[in-house]
Amino acid sequence: MKRIFSFCMGLFAIIAISNIVWADERGRDGELKLLYWQAPSTMMPYLSGGTKDLEASSIVLEPLARYDNDGRMHPWLAEEIPTVENGGISDDLTSITWKIKNGIQWSDGSALTADDAVFTYEYCTHPESGCAQSNYFNDIVSVQAVDNYTIKINFSVPKPFPYSAFVGYNAPILQKAQFQGCMGVKAQECTKENFNPIGTGPYKVVDFKPNDVVLLEANELYRDQEKPAFGNVLIKGGGDATSAARAVLETGEMHYAWNLQVEPEILNKMAVAGKGTIIAGFGTAVERLMVNFTNPDPALGDNRSEYIGGNNNRNAHPFLSDYAVRRALSLAIDRQILVDAGYGFAGKISCNVLPAPAIYASDANDECKIQNVDEANRILDEAGWARGSDGIRSKDNVRLSILYQTSTNSVRQGTQALIKEMWKAIGVETELRNISASVFFGGDISSPDTYQKFYADIEMYTNTFSGTDPETYMASWTCKEVVRSSTNWGGVNMPRYCNPDYDALSGEMSKTANLDKRIQLAKSMNDMLMQDYVMIPLIHRGGVSAFSNLLEGPRGNEWDSELWNIADWHIK
Amino acid sequence: MIHFIIRRLFAAIPTLLVISFVVFAILDLAPGDPTGNLPMTVPPEVREQIRLSLGLGEPMHIRYYKWLIQFFVNEPLNLLHHSLGISIGDADNRTRIISWSTRSPVIDLIIERTPQTLWVVGLSYFFGILIAIPIGILQAYRQYSLTDQVGTFVAMVGFSVPTFFTGVIAIIVFSVQLKWFPMIYDTTLKVTSWENFVLQVKQMAMPVTVLAFYQASQLSRFMRASILDNLNLDYVRTARSKGRTERAVLLIHILRNSLIPVVTLIALGIPSIFGGAIITEQIFRVNGLGQLLIISIESADIPTVQTLTFLFAILIVFFNLVADVLYGILDPRIRYD
Repeated sequence: MKRIFSFCMGLFAIIAISNIVWADERGRDGELKLLYWQAPSTMMPYLSGGTKDLEASSIVLEPLARYDNDGRMHPWLAEEIPTVENGGISDDLTSITWKIKNGIQWSDGSALTADDAVFTYEYCTHPESGCAQSNYFNDIVSVQAVDNYTIKINFSVPKPFPYSAFVGYNAPILQKAQFQGCMGVKAQECTKENFNPIGTGPYKVVDFKPNDVVLLEANELYRDQEKPAFGNVLIKGGGDATSAARAVLETGEMHYAWNLQVEPEILNKMAVAGKGTIIAGFGTAVERLMVNFTNPDPALGDNRSEYIGGNNNRNAHPFLSDYAVRRALSLAIDRQILVDAGYGFAGKISCNVLPAPAIYASDANDECKIQNVDEANRILDEAGWARGSDGIRSKDNVRLSILYQTSTNSVRQGTQALIKEMWKAIGVETELRNISASVFFGGDISSPDTYQKFYADIEMYTNTFSGTDPETYMASWTCKEVVRSSTNWGGVNMPRYCNPDYDALSGEMSKTANLDKRIQLAKSMNDMLMQDYVMIPLIHRGGVSAFSNLLEGPRGNEWDSELWNIADWHIK
Repeated sequence: MIHFIIRRLFAAIPTLLVISFVVFAILDLAPGDPTGNLPMTVPPEVREQIRLSLGLGEPMHIRYYKWLIQFFVNEPLNLLHHSLGISIGDADNRTRIISWSTRSPVIDLIIERTPQTLWVVGLSYFFGILIAIPIGILQAYRQYSLTDQVGTFVAMVGFSVPTFFTGVIAIIVFSVQLKWFPMIYDTTLKVTSWENFVLQVKQMAMPVTVLAFYQASQLSRFMRASILDNLNLDYVRTARSKGRTERAVLLIHILRNSLIPVVTLIALGIPSIFGGAIITEQIFRVNGLGQLLIISIESADIPTVQTLTFLFAILIVFFNLVADVLYGILDPRIRYD
C-alpha cells in the first residue's frame, strides 16, 4: 500500500514538473480560434482587396517596424528605428538606412536578408503587378542591399517622415526565393504562393480556403523560443458581425472576433453574459460631413459639382458657400446622440478631422462638442436667411434645401435621419439619399452616384490615413487635389475647397522635418479646415473587437494589424 | 426517347450561348468596382493600375470572348488534366477564369465549396422530400381531419417564416441556451473517425433541420394537392371495385399517378441545391456556393459571379430536360418519338 502511495506521489511530482516545463513551451495552449466575419480572400497583402486580408497576412509576414495600439513605432525585424540623430536618416532627408536583426529565419529555414526587401520593392513597384500598396513605395528611387543585413532606401525628394516602405502591415517583406517567379502579370497567377506565403512571423499557413478558413501552425523557427503560446490558429470567416459577437460573448465558441459593427445596445446585452471583453481601438478614422463648395445643380450639365475657380469660385454653391450656413449646420448637430444611437463603444464625438495621434489633436474647435440650436438660428437670422411659411429658410429665392447622401449602411441611415431632424430645427430642409457602398466608393466614372462626383450638397463617410504621419492626409484639401472631371474625377479633395493659405501651410509641412513644427503645422491646417467648416466632423470612430475572457493578450490596434502582438497571446 | 434527348441537347446550345451573353453583359454593365473595398487611403492611380491588372482595360466583347473560351475550352480541359491525367494541348500555360478578389481560379473555388453545399443543402432537400411525401399523402387521404389541419398549419408556418428567422432562433435555443450544437460550421472537419462523424452530424443538425423544414413545407402542399386531384378519379373507383386493398389503391395506383407533377417539381428544384441556400449558409457559416456567390457580389468579383450564375443556368437547362424525360418514364401515355 505504502509503495503504491509513494509511486502515486512520484507520478504526481513528475506530472507537476512536466507541467512547469510545459508552461513555457511553444504551442502549449492548443488552438486559437479567430473569427473574421469578413473572411480573408488572400494571404498576399500586395494583392489584397481589403483590411481583412492584411490582418490575416500580418500573422505570417512581418515588416521592419510595427505600430502598437497607441500608434508608437517599434522595431520589428529591424534592430532599431532609424532617425536623423542615430544616423539612420541622412541629413538631407533623402535616404533611410535600416539594419535587420541578425539570425532571423524564414519559416523554411533560409535566412532573411536585405535582398528580400529589395525584391519586395521591385515586386510591388512593377508596373503590371497591380500592387495595392504601391503608394507605400512612393518617391523611392532605389532600394539597395548595402550588405546582407543593411537596407538603404533612397528618395527622390526630401522625406521628413520616411517610414512607409516596410513599415506596418501594409508593406511587409516577402521572401525573394518564393516570389521571384511571380513578378508583374504573373503575380495574379501565383495562387499557391499568394495563399501560402513563407514568412518570418510566429505562425505559418497550413491550409488556406479563400473566403472561408485559414489554418496556421506555430512556426518552429520563430525567433523567440517560448512563443507563440498556441500550437495552431484557425481564422474562420463568413456570417455577419452580430453572430460573430455572439460566438465570442455568448457561446464562447471562438476566442476573438474582429470588426464588430453591431448596434451598441445589442453588444451591451451580449457582454452581460460575462464570457468576453469588448475592446475598442481608436485611430484616425473620422465620420464627417463633406460640404460641397461647388454647385451640384443638375441644370448645369457637365459643370455639375465642377470647380471652375476664378474670382471667388465662379461655380460656387448657392448657399453652402455662405460661411454662416455652414457654421449653423455644424452647431445644430448633437454629436453625443449620434454616438449613443449608432456607435456606442466604437465612437467618440470629434471636432477635428485630425483627432489622433494625440500629439496632433487640436482643442481649438471644441465649440462643436455642445449642440447650440439657438446660436445656429441666430447666425442664420443675422445672415438674412428668413423662415418661410413652411418653416424653411430662404434668401433671394434660394431655399436651404439639402440633398444629403451617403453609403447604404444601417448606422449611417440612422445618423442621417437624426441629423435631418436636427437641421429641421434650424429651418433647413433635408432630402436623404443612400447609395450601395460598392457604387458610392466604387469610382466608376460612368456612374453619377460616386462620392467623387458628389452630385449632392452634403455627403457623409469616414476617412482616415494609414500610419501616424498626417502630411499626405492633410494635403488632401489643397487646390491640387480638387476633384475635377478633366482628371476623370481623380483627386481626393471632395469639398472642392481651394485656399492659397492652406496650400502654403501644406507646402511648408512637406519641407519641415522637425517634429514640433510639423505638429504645429498639422494643427493649424486642421483648425483652418474646421473653422472654415470645409468638413463637419461628427464621430471619431474606432475598431471594435471582442475576445474571450480565457484569452490574454489582445490590445486592439487601429494603426496596424489587430493581430500585431499575436505572438504574445496566450491562455490565462 | 434517345432522339428526343439528343434533339433537346442540341437545342440547348444556342439557349446557353444567349444566356451566357446576357449574364456576362448584365454583370459587366452593372455598377460596381473590384477596388471598392480597398481602404480609402489607396489613391486613385493605384486603383486604376489594379483594374488594368485585372484585365478591365480591354473592351467588353474581347473579354466576353476570352471568358467563353476559358469556360468552354480551357476549364474542361484543365479538369480532364487534373482528374484523369489526360492532357490535350499545352496544359500548364492555359489561361483560366481568375477570381478578382482571391486571384485564384474560379473553378477551384467552386470545387472547394461544393462538398459542404451538397452535404447541407442536398441532405436537407433529401430529408425534406422524405418528410413531405408521407405527410402529403396522409393529409390528402384524411382530408379535413385533425392531422390535415395540424399539417396545414405547420406547413404554412414553415412556408411563411423565413429561414433567417428560424435559423437565428435555432442558434439562440440550441447553441446559446442549451449548448447542444455549435453555431459555427467547421469546413475543415474531415470525417475519419466515429467522434468526427458525431461532430459532423452535430454541426449539420441545425442548418439541415432549418432547411428541411422549409423544403418539406413547400413540397407537402404540392403532394397533398396532387393526391386530392387523383382520389376521386375513375381509375381509383375501378381499383377499389376490383377488390384491391385500400393500401394497394393508395400506394400503388394513386401514388404513382400523383407523383408525376411532384417529381417534376423535385427535379426542377435540384439546381437550387447547387445554388446553395444563401441565407442559411451565411447564418451557420457553412461557406458553400451560396456564400461564395453573395461574397463575390459584395466585392464586385465579376468573373466569379458570371461563372457561378452561368453554371446555375446550365444546371437549370439540364434538369428541365431531366424532368421531361422523367415524365415519359412515369406516364406511359407521354411519348416523345
